[in-house]
Amino acid sequence: MSVRRTAPSNVLTATVDKAARWAQTRSMFPATFGLACCAIEMMATGAPHNDLARFGMEVFRASPRQADLMIVAGRVSQKMAPVLRQVYDQMPDPKWVISMGACASTGGMFNNYALVQGVDQIVPVDIYVPGCPPGPQGLMHGILTLHDRIMAGKA
Amino acid sequence: MTDKTIDDPEIEEVDLWVSGTEEAEWDVYSTDEGAQKMRLEETGARLTEQLGSVVTDDYDLDDIITEDERMIINMGPQHPSTHGVLRLQLELEGEMIRRSKCVIGYLHTGMEKTAETLTFLQGPTNVTRMDYLAPLHNELCFSLAVERLLDIEVPPRAEVIRILMTELNRIASHLVAMATNGMDIGALSIMTYGFREREQILAFFEKTTGLRLNHNYIRPGGVAADLPPGWRADVSDICDTITGRLTDYEDMLKENPIWVGRTRGVGVITAEECRAYGITGPTLRSAGVPWDLRKAFPYSGIENYEFEVPVGEHGDVYDRYRVRIEEIIQSVGIVRQAADAMPKGDFRIDDRKVTPPPRHRIDESMEALIHHFKIFTEGFRVPAGETYVAIESPRGELGCYLVADGTGKPWRMHTRAPSFYNLQALPIMMADSVVADTIATIASLDPVMGDVDR
Repeated sequence: MSVRRTAPSNVLTATVDKAARWAQTRSMFPATFGLACCAIEMMATGAPHNDLARFGMEVFRASPRQADLMIVAGRVSQKMAPVLRQVYDQMPDPKWVISMGACASTGGMFNNYALVQGVDQIVPVDIYVPGCPPGPQGLMHGILTLHDRIMAGKA
Repeated sequence: MTDKTIDDPEIEEVDLWVSGTEEAEWDVYSTDEGAQKMRLEETGARLTEQLGSVVTDDYDLDDIITEDERMIINMGPQHPSTHGVLRLQLELEGEMIRRSKCVIGYLHTGMEKTAETLTFLQGPTNVTRMDYLAPLHNELCFSLAVERLLDIEVPPRAEVIRILMTELNRIASHLVAMATNGMDIGALSIMTYGFREREQILAFFEKTTGLRLNHNYIRPGGVAADLPPGWRADVSDICDTITGRLTDYEDMLKENPIWVGRTRGVGVITAEECRAYGITGPTLRSAGVPWDLRKAFPYSGIENYEFEVPVGEHGDVYDRYRVRIEEIIQSVGIVRQAADAMPKGDFRIDDRKVTPPPRHRIDESMEALIHHFKIFTEGFRVPAGETYVAIESPRGELGCYLVADGTGKPWRMHTRAPSFYNLQALPIMMADSVVADTIATIASLDPVMGDVDR
């Protein structure tokens, strides 16, 4: 006898896990972590033409303690790396990381002394968005892919 | 290295404070990271040294406050309003900022070093990522420097395309400056407006160059590709849209009492201080100095266009906003003139040692194939020499100092980044102002950290 058959018809049932995942994807608050060129494209994604609000994500949180998604938008220098890790550590669980652009993902065209060659050396990355810089569509595709993976329980 | 004994007078005695003990005093300096520490007792001579000789400090620590009323707070590098990864240390006395210090380098990318490993043809790929709000200006500056060393002239059509694209880029950059300045103060609507119009310009850039930012479009010898079909209608559309919607911005901000209250008399800098610190661009012009490199040292035939150099009066945040709006209007005028004057002809120099041959020639001619191969593998050689070329970027004097040693790669490339120099003005502008004005002041300088740190 499942709860579905005994409950009144105006009660919706779901597994707690799935409901939680649904809630997580529908109001994901990104931390503002704009670094370089990609940050401009990230701002453009939030701006009216592309409108990140359609996915419930327009609230870029200034405090990492209110955020659950970190979009690493741009090149991460050696000097910035500890700061990035600290911001990540300050975010409450569950949390996800999108590595936006070639520089954040691999160091991009700057294979030199100054840059961290891929932000996945510092924090675990869920989604890599390719491009230099990725356009707003690219970032949105990355975000939607992350949503799908969360709903599927893979991220 | 010589061995030193404990009795050596050169070794300072260090008081170590051990946690839990009471004898030693708490060492305030041990809480910050070495060179970046900001010492509370830095007063008088030290302060003047830090701020430069122009500013005299009339602030005396001892007679007003006690020790615990002063505090040093850290702002950034991860902060929504610092326009990237700028870090500030502010010494506060209640709400008043007494001193401030910029800490930069959080976006240091080593681009000047990277430039030495790239050929002259690959160079624009690198420099375009410096000032990512005005990428075309970076490319133009680098290309002009290379062309001066090569001693070549680009075709007239290439020059006009360059002016058209860089002035469009200036409009886009100033729109973002206006948008972010509004957003930082709390005028969120202007942010959506600014980004909306910028999107239209970026769409044209994407159509022409293939990318929205970081175009690598202006290259030594001309531009990478001709303007796309239908460019005239696109450019005319952009100009009409911007001119039409400028009234929206004016309605929203020009006489808005909140905006005026937050920006008038805030972040003031005088013309004398600007000159002393090498500050250029809208910041310098807002202080009343009509200095624009497009007039002073014209490049790419900009002297053939009619435009004015708008200046401000008071050198405050409001004047800088006004100067940018006026510059948008002037740039729209230049873009229209460039579109009207667009000559026919080649979009890059017909010199097979510098630019690749047209695509169809590669199938017909063995020489063309060889030229193409040589240019894209080892690049072209530039005669030994050094040069400095400066252009007016949306942020000020953008200079490129280039040293060639006769090979296919620069021996040294240095960029005179306007944001870097303009950032020096921040301590002067913010001295003795309230905390809330910090954000407005930073935003009005419009620093791009990629340009500062490179």
